[in-house]
Amino acid sequence: MTAFDQPVQLEEGPVTAPSLPQTRIVMSKHLSDAQLKRQHWLDLLFRNTTLFFAFLVLALLAGILISLFVGAYPAIQAFGLKFLVSDSWNPVTEEFGALVPIVGTLVTSFIALLIGIPVSFGIALFLTELSPRWLKRPLGTAIELLAGIPSIIYGMWGLFVFAPVFADHVEPWLNDHVGPLPVIGGLFIGPPMGIGVLTAGIILSIMVIPFIASVMRDVFEIVPAVLKESAYGVGCTTWEVVWNIVLPYTKAGVIGGVMLGFGRALGETMAVTFVIGNAYELQKSLLMPGNSIASALANEFTEAVGDLYTSALIELGLILFVITFIVLALSKILLMQLRKSEGRQS
Amino acid sequence: MLPIYAQRRLVNGFNLAISLLTMGFGLFWLAWILFTLFKYGFSGLSLELFTQMTPPPGSAGGLLNAIAGSLAMTLAAVAIGTPVGIMAGTYLAEFGGRGWLAPTTRFINDILLSAPSIVIGLFIYEIYVVKVGHFAGWGGALALALIVIPVVVRTTEDMLRLVPNSLREAAAALGAPRWKVITLVTWRASKAGMMTGILLAVARISGETAPLLFTALNNQFWSADMNQPMANLPVVVFQFAMSPYEDWHKLAWAGALLITLGVLGLNIVARVLFRHKMQAD
Repeated sequence: MTAFDQPVQLEEGPVTAPSLPQTRIVMSKHLSDAQLKRQHWLDLLFRNTTLFFAFLVLALLAGILISLFVGAYPAIQAFGLKFLVSDSWNPVTEEFGALVPIVGTLVTSFIALLIGIPVSFGIALFLTELSPRWLKRPLGTAIELLAGIPSIIYGMWGLFVFAPVFADHVEPWLNDHVGPLPVIGGLFIGPPMGIGVLTAGIILSIMVIPFIASVMRDVFEIVPAVLKESAYGVGCTTWEVVWNIVLPYTKAGVIGGVMLGFGRALGETMAVTFVIGNAYELQKSLLMPGNSIASALANEFTEAVGDLYTSALIELGLILFVITFIVLALSKILLMQLRKSEGRQS
Repeated sequence: MLPIYAQRRLVNGFNLAISLLTMGFGLFWLAWILFTLFKYGFSGLSLELFTQMTPPPGSAGGLLNAIAGSLAMTLAAVAIGTPVGIMAGTYLAEFGGRGWLAPTTRFINDILLSAPSIVIGLFIYEIYVVKVGHFAGWGGALALALIVIPVVVRTTEDMLRLVPNSLREAAAALGAPRWKVITLVTWRASKAGMMTGILLAVARISGETAPLLFTALNNQFWSADMNQPMANLPVVVFQFAMSPYEDWHKLAWAGALLITLGVLGLNIVARVLFRHKMQAD
């Protein structure tokens, strides 16, 4: 890399070979001229080929945005900005509004973060500060395995195993004990069906935990030992070190990890599709079925008849892509900031 | 002992206990999901799974066409996505020192890495399925290839950066041109790491369902023609699990077990390969 960009500095003069016969030197010079030209040309070709493919990755993003926009254009023209705030979704009269799926996507992801952030923080704390050395790797791997399980498995498990348990044991309890509370009570009143927005949010939270936890663990590990040791030295407890030293030092990275989890949760399709219930009604209760952008696409896209219906679904996809793009870009920028400041200090 | 000390100790002990609990919380879900999967999945495993086609509801059958379709599309996706990913990753690691292209590509690639896969499916639907006029196995392969690319770009770049510069300098000092240095020295030195990346990419796409829904769709019969709608494990599992039929559910669990075993197996092989390489260095 940089070593190649700088001119080579030879300390001694060029090596000569006076002992070789004159003719051989001339011959090899001829050969190497032709070879050099050929190699130079091959170098250029290789470099530009790799450059082409790097550019292709960029073009991919532009391609996705443009093609989705083209596909969504009829719906954008027909509904304009009203699409974002209307809650009607009627394929028969071709009235489409994205409010219910957008709210569903945001609410499920928000529930996922509400549960996922503290749990991930606890796991990262355990893995970096508490765990015995020999347990670190197996436990870390186990948490990463959660990320390896395909999302369709989460969906099946959620529908066949988790939802019935949730309906029989948790939802009646929520109805009886949380329901009567002021302000938040209304969120937890509803028929105990098992499927619904809350179930989808809880399953999403299990899915984002490994992503957030592994980013948190990685950034916790870059905190200089000297900093932590000085805090322990003045008598801080483990918790105080983590809360007052580690967390402020890695703030940007932690938020970056949370954003990464948020981005993942927003776009998650199959797990949510199984359990959210696919209903286009804006409900106050989290126990009622709802819809998310990704599951609306998964459920309806292949069955959509009519250009406007298809186009409205593609516009949903475009909205989802733009939201996740912004969230993931923020996450990346925050993580890069942490890395930069780390470079400055060390 | 002063009360403030007691209080700080209490807070410390309480929070550390909570931390232990959260760890248990994470492991609890993993254990529950895997337990369910093994319980229902193994009871559905049989030889017929690998010798018979997906059945209509009410009759016996297997998942042969779905397994074959998944393998074919995964293979095609890796064949398309890997060279693109390796070349782009090579640019980022070897030539991307200056200019705007390398940082921008790296940034965009990291975003594509986590982009919702269902949107990739929509994209291929728009540019491929609409153009050819029907769902097809190639569409599924293309969609999966687009998921392979960012994974391979990322690991290729990371692995090439691990190759010590002295190796490149040594090769250059011998008079090797740049393309030879990269293909014969740098790539070779990071072969194991790049293989790890490809395996991780395969693991990532073998469970992907969303991008196949609007591209490959599904096919109840044997189909070796990638230009036709093609059966594949994830979509069959999705369709069968959402159906009201008991015997379809059983097949879905068996299929889910196959997918998970495949994905987790690939993950483990990739880890072992990577650790082996790290120790060899």
